[in-house]
Amino acid sequence: MEASKVIHAIYTDDDVLMSAVKKVKSERYHIEEIYTPFPVHGLDKAMGLEPTRIAIASFIYGCIGLTVAIVMMNFIMIEDWPQNIGGKPSFSYIENMPAFVPIMFELTVFFAAHLMVITFYLRSRMWPFKKAENPDPRTTDDHFLMEIAIHGNEAELAILLKETGAVEVNLVDKDEAH
Amino acid sequence: MYTFSKKLKTVSIALMLIGALGVVYGFMTSHKSFEEVETMLAEEASHHGGGHEAETKAHVVAGDTDHSDNTHQDNTHDALADVEHHAADEHAEHVEHVQHQIANRPWSALYVAAFFFFMIALGVLAFYAIQFASQAGWSPVLFRVMEGITAYVLPGALIVLGIAVASGVIGHYNIFIWMDPEVVEHDKLIQGKSSFLNLPWFIIRGLIFIAGWSLYRHFARKFSIAQDNADINDNRNFKKSFRIAAGFLVFYIYTESMMSWDWIMSVDPHWFSTLFGWYVFASMFVSGITVIALITMYLKSKDLLPFVNDSHLHDLAKFMFAISIFWTYLWFSQFMLIWYSNIPEEVTYFVTRFADYKLPFLGMVVMNFVFPLLVLMNSDYKRIPWFVVMAGIVILCGHYIDVFNMIMPATVGDRWYIGIPELSSIMLFAGLFMFVVFTALTKAPLLAKGNPFIKESEHFHY
Repeated sequence: MEASKVIHAIYTDDDVLMSAVKKVKSERYHIEEIYTPFPVHGLDKAMGLEPTRIAIASFIYGCIGLTVAIVMMNFIMIEDWPQNIGGKPSFSYIENMPAFVPIMFELTVFFAAHLMVITFYLRSRMWPFKKAENPDPRTTDDHFLMEIAIHGNEAELAILLKETGAVEVNLVDKDEAH
Repeated sequence: MYTFSKKLKTVSIALMLIGALGVVYGFMTSHKSFEEVETMLAEEASHHGGGHEAETKAHVVAGDTDHSDNTHQDNTHDALADVEHHAADEHAEHVEHVQHQIANRPWSALYVAAFFFFMIALGVLAFYAIQFASQAGWSPVLFRVMEGITAYVLPGALIVLGIAVASGVIGHYNIFIWMDPEVVEHDKLIQGKSSFLNLPWFIIRGLIFIAGWSLYRHFARKFSIAQDNADINDNRNFKKSFRIAAGFLVFYIYTESMMSWDWIMSVDPHWFSTLFGWYVFASMFVSGITVIALITMYLKSKDLLPFVNDSHLHDLAKFMFAISIFWTYLWFSQFMLIWYSNIPEEVTYFVTRFADYKLPFLGMVVMNFVFPLLVLMNSDYKRIPWFVVMAGIVILCGHYIDVFNMIMPATVGDRWYIGIPELSSIMLFAGLFMFVVFTALTKAPLLAKGNPFIKESEHFHY
């Protein structure tokens, strides 16, 4: 299939890459992916990626953590083995609530943080034993790689990419690149 | 150069005048005679359906355990026995006690409002010094706004100290009972603290604090203006400002703590909390940052701060969010330890607040924590001015109530209400605050153009 053919443009500077992304976007090409050795500020916006929804996920995870803490402390300290907390043996959750606030806080943070990291990895398709997708090991050092799918327009695209400051432009079969 | 608009000036003067009238009215109506209070109490008792005897008894129990301003050292048991024998005496004493509380109200209302506005200015001064000490690159475009607000530190602090002293000298020990020699005579605990808590030493300490803060403010402002007029390669004034900022922050964290013991914690002279200074600091810090944001947005809406962009607002809102949570952390730390250990002389502080101040005490947690947490959590909302204004107003009201909860239970007990004395005191000092701050803003260009970080700040982008 022709869609599996991609063009790889390699850059050596993040500022050049940024202006190249803007140029390529303005020419209405669709950028598949960009591989960089470090996070480039504002790249997601320039590429036109949708804003991340991980904050919403994080909020939901936090709420789950809070609920788990409340249910757990209620079971442990009030129902299963009622405790005399601070010399006030009321055996009521709400009256002893201040003692549980640190746990509620910690579990909220714990759930939000850990589940958010796990979600991020899964959403980025990074699970254990996964083969690396990185097409060029130099992008882990000091090179930046822009991947664009081609539809029989490689010649003009290659010229455009050279113009934007790419040091290398390669035509690659996507399956081989793996 | 900014000019103090006629409209705003009129508003501030009108606020001061109306406020002053209300304060005078509050003082005029606070002197109730013994008979008046007696009838009032009788009416209240019949209204609640409870017998007067029972209420007196309950009050004595509550008075000895909850009220730090009770002059009796008898324990509850003895007091209860006394009720049986000296019901008439107790009745008279109770009426007198309430009479005092009513007389204390306008003083306390004035003091709470004065402290609240002073605390905003001092919080901003600390924030300003931190910007210099950390050589922050994002904030220099806001320096002139901060310098404007800190102009209120000197008058504000002098007013607070003035009211505190006047309440003992002119008034009838309406805020600080440790100023009353008669109380101290019968109170072993206050006697033990009297080498620290005595009027001359209180005044000297206050003046030292105020002198230190004002000196820093004076020189920081001077160097900031001098840096504007200096050569582009001459950063000497900035360096001097950096050095005094670091020194001031050390001085500030000690004196702010001691000020909070003196000016607030000593209204309950039997009670103490070791993190009280931090707690008051969190309150003044978040209120100060909120006011920076509000005044910045006001000036920006008049097109006077074209160099302030969304990212600056975003950062201020982040600070409002973060310090609100920091405040809650300290508020809860103080509460939880005392609640958990349940030691009578400590826990009485919160028992009074739960018994008589449930709505402001818990309402303040909602306003200062839950509301900013939910409203300012979303990143995009921190860039929407009306959203930040709304959150800011709620935070400021919440922190006013915070100060209210610190002072009122000790002075007026359950005779509190947010009525004419409180609201007019707020108006009086809000007017004065606006007048001083906006007058100070007219004194220098609104961009500190000489600051070496000003270019970075103008291009600040998140």
